[in-house]
Amino acid sequence: MARDSQAALIALNRFGFGARGGASGDFINAASDPRGFVLAELARPNGALLEVPGLLSTPELGKQVFDYQFEIQQARNAAKAAQQGASETPPQDAKPQPRHNLSLSTAAKEIAGKDPAMQPQAADGANAAMTPSATMQPSTMQPVAGPPKPPAQPLNIIQKTFRAEALARLQRGVVADCGFVERLVVFWSNHFCISANKGALARMWAGSFEREAIRPHVLGRFSDMLKAVEQHPAMLFFLDNQQSLGPESRAGINRNRGLNENLAREIMELHTLGVGGGYTQNDVTALARVITGWTFAGRRGQLGTPGSFVFNANAHQPGPQQVLGKTYAQAGIAQGEAVLSDIARHPSTAKFIATKFVRHFVADDPPPALVARLQDSFTRTDGDLRALTTALVQSNEAWQAPLTKMRSPYEFLLASGRLLARNPEDPGRYLNGLNLLGQPLWSPAGPNGFPDTAAAWAAPEGIKLRLDISAQLASQLADRFDPRDLLELVAADAAAPETRRTIERAESRQQALALLLMSPEFQRR
Amino acid sequence: MDCSESLTMQATSRRALLLGGASFAAWAYLPKFARAADGRDPRFVTIILRGALDGLATVAPIGDPDYAGLHGAIALKADGPNAAVMLDPFFGLHPAMPEFARMYRAKQAAVVHAVATSYRDRSHFDGQDVLESGFPGPGRVQSGWLNRALEALPKGERVTSALAVGPTTPLVLRGTAPTVGWAPTALPQAADDTAMRLLDLYQHRDPTLASALTQGLQLEKQAQGDEMKPKPGGGGVAAMRLVARGAAKLMAADDGPRIGALAFDGWDTHANEGGPVGRLAQLLGGLDGALAEFQSGLGARWRDTVIVVATEFGRTARINGTEGTDHGTGTIALLAGGAVNGGRMITDWPGLKVANLYQARDLAPTTDLRAVIKGVLHDQFGLGERVLAETVFPDSAPAKPMKGLVV
Repeated sequence: MARDSQAALIALNRFGFGARGGASGDFINAASDPRGFVLAELARPNGALLEVPGLLSTPELGKQVFDYQFEIQQARNAAKAAQQGASETPPQDAKPQPRHNLSLSTAAKEIAGKDPAMQPQAADGANAAMTPSATMQPSTMQPVAGPPKPPAQPLNIIQKTFRAEALARLQRGVVADCGFVERLVVFWSNHFCISANKGALARMWAGSFEREAIRPHVLGRFSDMLKAVEQHPAMLFFLDNQQSLGPESRAGINRNRGLNENLAREIMELHTLGVGGGYTQNDVTALARVITGWTFAGRRGQLGTPGSFVFNANAHQPGPQQVLGKTYAQAGIAQGEAVLSDIARHPSTAKFIATKFVRHFVADDPPPALVARLQDSFTRTDGDLRALTTALVQSNEAWQAPLTKMRSPYEFLLASGRLLARNPEDPGRYLNGLNLLGQPLWSPAGPNGFPDTAAAWAAPEGIKLRLDISAQLASQLADRFDPRDLLELVAADAAAPETRRTIERAESRQQALALLLMSPEFQRR
Repeated sequence: MDCSESLTMQATSRRALLLGGASFAAWAYLPKFARAADGRDPRFVTIILRGALDGLATVAPIGDPDYAGLHGAIALKADGPNAAVMLDPFFGLHPAMPEFARMYRAKQAAVVHAVATSYRDRSHFDGQDVLESGFPGPGRVQSGWLNRALEALPKGERVTSALAVGPTTPLVLRGTAPTVGWAPTALPQAADDTAMRLLDLYQHRDPTLASALTQGLQLEKQAQGDEMKPKPGGGGVAAMRLVARGAAKLMAADDGPRIGALAFDGWDTHANEGGPVGRLAQLLGGLDGALAEFQSGLGARWRDTVIVVATEFGRTARINGTEGTDHGTGTIALLAGGAVNGGRMITDWPGLKVANLYQARDLAPTTDLRAVIKGVLHDQFGLGERVLAETVFPDSAPAKPMKGLVV
């Protein structure tokens, strides 16, 4: 079969995580049958599942958090009781120091001393200091005369779990053949994102949420993924639904509390119909009522196994509700499931999903004909995501559109790891790189997830940071490689002559590797 | 609205930020009149609060008979523990903001209440796009109002120092006028020679990346030698102060930027918002600290400074079922700085009776936020009414620049 290097670049970079180094033969395989190379991963049964020894289920993880928090609370209470017995209360007139007009160093001291966020952090997903880099050392932030550093804390169960989940995902990405299925996981995980920064439970569940609600459905049915997501404890926690009570439910009346429409709004705006998808404020409020009672069991397990999804009939708003012009008279959990099932099949959802999918894989301005075809596939197949995905790979547009997208920080770091054959034993380097480049793992700033346009990832500071990271990687690893060989693995004769020349003329292997990692062939997809 | 348009907006309007949800960016040039003969050297900062600030919880209409009932358990009170700081007999300021209260008493801060952009729906992302783009409706995310204001200003020398920014520019400052920013990191730098070779490659192969790299390299140079390197990923409250401190330091310098924008995330208080203490109180404390950092960091230049704090929309007047508030409409804008004609509540108060609420739900907006910002830009930089109404805030002629905001 003829070799098509340009198509191989598309197969590896647009659809996958880039060519692996060593003797993988990825580029040659992709060049001889680009579509087949991409589609091969779809044929593996359960290929998207991530089952790694030691990774626990959401209820098991929930129980660990509850136990951990309970222990801390007990210890605090004990300490408080002991202290109250031993010391006087401070005098009432002890006023805080005025904070204005402080010198910079005094202010730094004040912050460093008081604010927990400025204390040296244990190596944790969002805050960790794991790459050998000067700023990332907590001590850099400590003023010279600052308070003594507390001794390094061992990782707590939440930090340990987050790192184990991150490591499993990273390792899967590094070893995958093409990485297309993992790219699908990342896409859907970002579409239905939660943020680990919401709190301990979200950090603990970020990985299990993806394993349980996303992965089983990336080649399944959209409506199944939607239901799994909206009934997952991590999402219910992230968007506050465990707190939302039907105003006329028994719990709502007893506790004089009521609705929180956060999850209902994002279901419509971000998960299915999209802004302008034909819903109103009344629909949002009605959906919020419909899904009251969708919650998870707490530590004491009164409603079910702690940390598992439960329907709490006591919190559910009784009576029929009208959503998008249709009345739902079902009782209990069936009411919400019926609404979700209808929303999943709504024409606005088909358009929203098709557009977003094509934008992610093909171009910021998605080719309209391709979007229309995928929208049609989504509608015709009742949201079959395998059909949607296959239609994308089988389209001509996906293979003809120029490589104008930027790799996201996650894609860039994974592609580097694959090329340099660095299957991580510790996720720290990746997590830290993601923090620096503005894409902290499972921690987007809002429920709309990380941005998905080339401009968002090609900002000046971002590019400069990628160069610094590439130079750092190259300084540590370049001795093991001949960069010219690596260029053959990455792009072969799809490499532009200028790129080839730049790498060949570099003053050192280190410089050559840094330039290769920063070349358009490696950054664009 | 067309679905694909809305996707573009979502993707570009909420950028991932390095500093735990706080960022700073500034115009890369000095305005030409910066060293004018009268010694006035104006500074302008806008702080965007993303997530929708509860204006009724920040500056509470304690004198409104319906307020306490609507805001329920989280309502501020005029007396008792953690009492609000009464700004006048009607409005009380959240107790987490002592610095702002002090500025207000010194007539260097003012509050605009019952204010809103022209946006009347309740999507954060569209709301932020309207707030930051300055266009009357969502869907326009190519440039922000502050960037277009810069284009109308006479351009002087390039600024030569920079500090602290996330890896992206907030929409309000995006556009053709060049901006600077800087990410707080001391990752070992790639060698200059490597950077130059890469730039050469980009210039042949990828002009977009060439331009980005050029700017990125300039920023890094400007930031070198700075002793303050905030740690990425810190908590939001600490990050607000750190970014403000860096921004103030930068803007105080004779050759530093005069016009900048900060964005703070995290104001979406759907549940357990808290009253005088709690989640919102913490955030407001961070904002208050940021304003104090500006005052101390700008030193003598505080005299010529106006800071405008704005958010995409307000929150429901009535608390929801989880002691928080859902997306609403009218809210507040805060003005602070030595150049503010302060010590004033600026409001045409609509009242909180159900009949007076917007859609029987939200504080009804009676002031157009664009009028406030246009008033400040007019007074601070002499921008004309026409350019403000056509270019900076297109189609905003009915929202006349508010007069007398600047001393």
